[in-house]
Amino acid sequence: MGAPVAQEGMALRLVDFARELREEGVMTGTSELLDAVAVLREVAWTDRDAFREALAATLAKSQEDRRIFALVFERFFFRATEAAALREGVRESRPPTHEETGDGDAPGELDLEMLRQQIARAVQQGSEGAMRDLARLAIAAFGRPGEGSGVIGVDVQRIRRQLGLRAEPQPELDADDPRAAGLPRDALRRFEALLRRELERGQIERTETLPPSRPLNELDRALPSGPLADLAAVHRVVAQLKRRLKTQGQEHRGARRRTHVDIRRTMRASLQTGGVPVVLKERPVRPRRPEIYVLCDVSTSVTSASVFFLSVLHALHDSFRKMRSFVFIERISEVTDVFERERDFKAVSEAIGRNAGVADISGYTDYGRVWSEFREQVGDDLHRRATIIVLGDARTNGRDPRADIFASIAADAGRTFWLNPEPRLYWNYGDSVISAYERHCRAFECWTTRHLEDFVEALARPTSMSPDP
Amino acid sequence: MSAAPTQPADLARRLRATGYLPGESTALVSHLAIALGKPVLVEGPAGVGKTQLAKALAEVLDRRLVRLQCYEGLDEAKALYEWNYRKQLLRIQAESDTASWRDVQDDIFGEEFLLERPLMDAISSPEPVVLLIDEIDKTDQEFEAMLLELLSDFQISVPELGRIEARTRPVVLLTSNNTRELTEALKRRCLYLWLDYPGLEHELEIVRLHTPELGDEITRRLVEVVQMVRELDLKKPPSIAESIDWARALLLLGARDLDQDMFRQTMSVIVKHRADLDVVAERVGVRLAAGASSG
Repeated sequence: MGAPVAQEGMALRLVDFARELREEGVMTGTSELLDAVAVLREVAWTDRDAFREALAATLAKSQEDRRIFALVFERFFFRATEAAALREGVRESRPPTHEETGDGDAPGELDLEMLRQQIARAVQQGSEGAMRDLARLAIAAFGRPGEGSGVIGVDVQRIRRQLGLRAEPQPELDADDPRAAGLPRDALRRFEALLRRELERGQIERTETLPPSRPLNELDRALPSGPLADLAAVHRVVAQLKRRLKTQGQEHRGARRRTHVDIRRTMRASLQTGGVPVVLKERPVRPRRPEIYVLCDVSTSVTSASVFFLSVLHALHDSFRKMRSFVFIERISEVTDVFERERDFKAVSEAIGRNAGVADISGYTDYGRVWSEFREQVGDDLHRRATIIVLGDARTNGRDPRADIFASIAADAGRTFWLNPEPRLYWNYGDSVISAYERHCRAFECWTTRHLEDFVEALARPTSMSPDP
Repeated sequence: MSAAPTQPADLARRLRATGYLPGESTALVSHLAIALGKPVLVEGPAGVGKTQLAKALAEVLDRRLVRLQCYEGLDEAKALYEWNYRKQLLRIQAESDTASWRDVQDDIFGEEFLLERPLMDAISSPEPVVLLIDEIDKTDQEFEAMLLELLSDFQISVPELGRIEARTRPVVLLTSNNTRELTEALKRRCLYLWLDYPGLEHELEIVRLHTPELGDEITRRLVEVVQMVRELDLKKPPSIAESIDWARALLLLGARDLDQDMFRQTMSVIVKHRADLDVVAERVGVRLAAGASSG
């Protein structure tokens, strides 16, 4: 293993690396950092794959973190080597570019076509080494320095277009052309990443400075981000919500509730009195889990909010076992099993987009019908321990709100909450009938995670039922 | 007892010898866990060999495997220890005439009356063991919190006896099917290993290892089909164990080639939901060559 000095230098770099990870939202604690340093004593840092895997095992502890880790790892150590190269003044001799060779005519064109073919084949086979070499050639051939836009992303896309690389089939090409059947998306993405890397390297060498390190953009992380929220934040708030709902109602549990004698514990306690059961031990009364019904509006009037709502629903499902969810537009449709089957948020939202309530889309919400159908489907199961949460804008499109049915549902359930994605300012304007429902439940405006936190706060104070003046 | 492996490559080789083919990072992370004495949290879909890894490790290290299967409502009495109150009662009654109360009292809270449950067993064993805490995500957060003392310090506190420290360091594996998010505190104490379905070549190797008698051609076809089936949006994608089962079934039936008929007859080995069966028959079955009769 490395000399102690090298170890120390590496430890310092690791601290920097951990800081970058934290900036990208991976929670890396000091103890984990210590583990990472310890791990490096076991793994030779010269073995790149082992080095990366070992670090990942100690620093990234979920799949999401793992994905971000891979991106940050690439960026961090790429920058580190480039910075070192700049310091040492290392330059590499590049192959002469298209302009320098001077002939841009017919023979050149022929070569370009061959290059296109070669690259397409490499992408199709997905061989990393070949793609890396060809990425350099492609930049030499197509990345004319004079015409570079200066923005690397734009250049990457231009080169890709000129190479004619597409994921979709291109039937107009020859049948034996590897591009004709379309190329694997995954390999294409990797090739683009290689292009980007090479262009960056070139830029660094030209300008002899490192560009400022830019944070990973949300798309890179592939986290579903609605206009309003990021999923992780929603999950955090819902974890809080879970604790609140779990403990609610326990203050009503008096000492006089009926219990069962726990024979085993009674006998055990009797040992202290020489085998005579003096103290009766009872089975603890476990708080019943809250049962939650969530109704979520997915109509077009709440399109912008429905991603947010679905992510709330997704997070709720992660936290509660006894939960039934419904989405509705004109009619309701139960999606509980979709959430139980799929853990990935993207898959869930696609499945819901595909299956749920599609048959009856007029695109207009009909709250009256929703209530009566909900009554029909779960009516008898409702009881005092049930909590109903409605996510919707209460815009009925001029139809009968049927607040009476809603009132009876709310009366049967223990607690009813309404989360409205519109600012309070717009409530009761136009076809919004929130005031008709607000009498029977507690309504909250909810269009940011901050509002969601407010809602959770309010849950903690169950006694303050006074309506707003 | 054979010497512990000192290099990831060495460990990988010996895991192979037991019939477990480790993926790229599996051997590395297992090696780190042994070298650093840290627990490993293994996550991944059902049936990718998380539990099997623990068994293989136990075999390689020549250690006993102590397994704690988690379920909802698992509590300390089932996981850690319990006082054997029957025996305590007998003890009291047996000597109630002769012994003084003080003697009895000192006596009945001795280790003799302690029923060891898996976690206590793993810690107090004189020989080092491999401890497998299976499906940790099935328990509740409170149980996780209870594990923290064990995982970071390898000790357990019993009120009547004081602290019981590990005599030997167990290799600890926790598995999770990822049905719920585990707490940060637990994750912080573990190394993390994500096991996914293996790639084509890797799975091919695994199936070949278990059914070497099946022809090369049909084995490859079988694995290709399994991989194709996993791509579909199924309730329960087939696991590695199921592809091995399928290979065995085909071997038993003496199948030479995997054609449509054979596929339809045996597909219930890998697909176990009514709805899934239809999807698979429709999407994968038709891609296979038609039965021998038609061509």
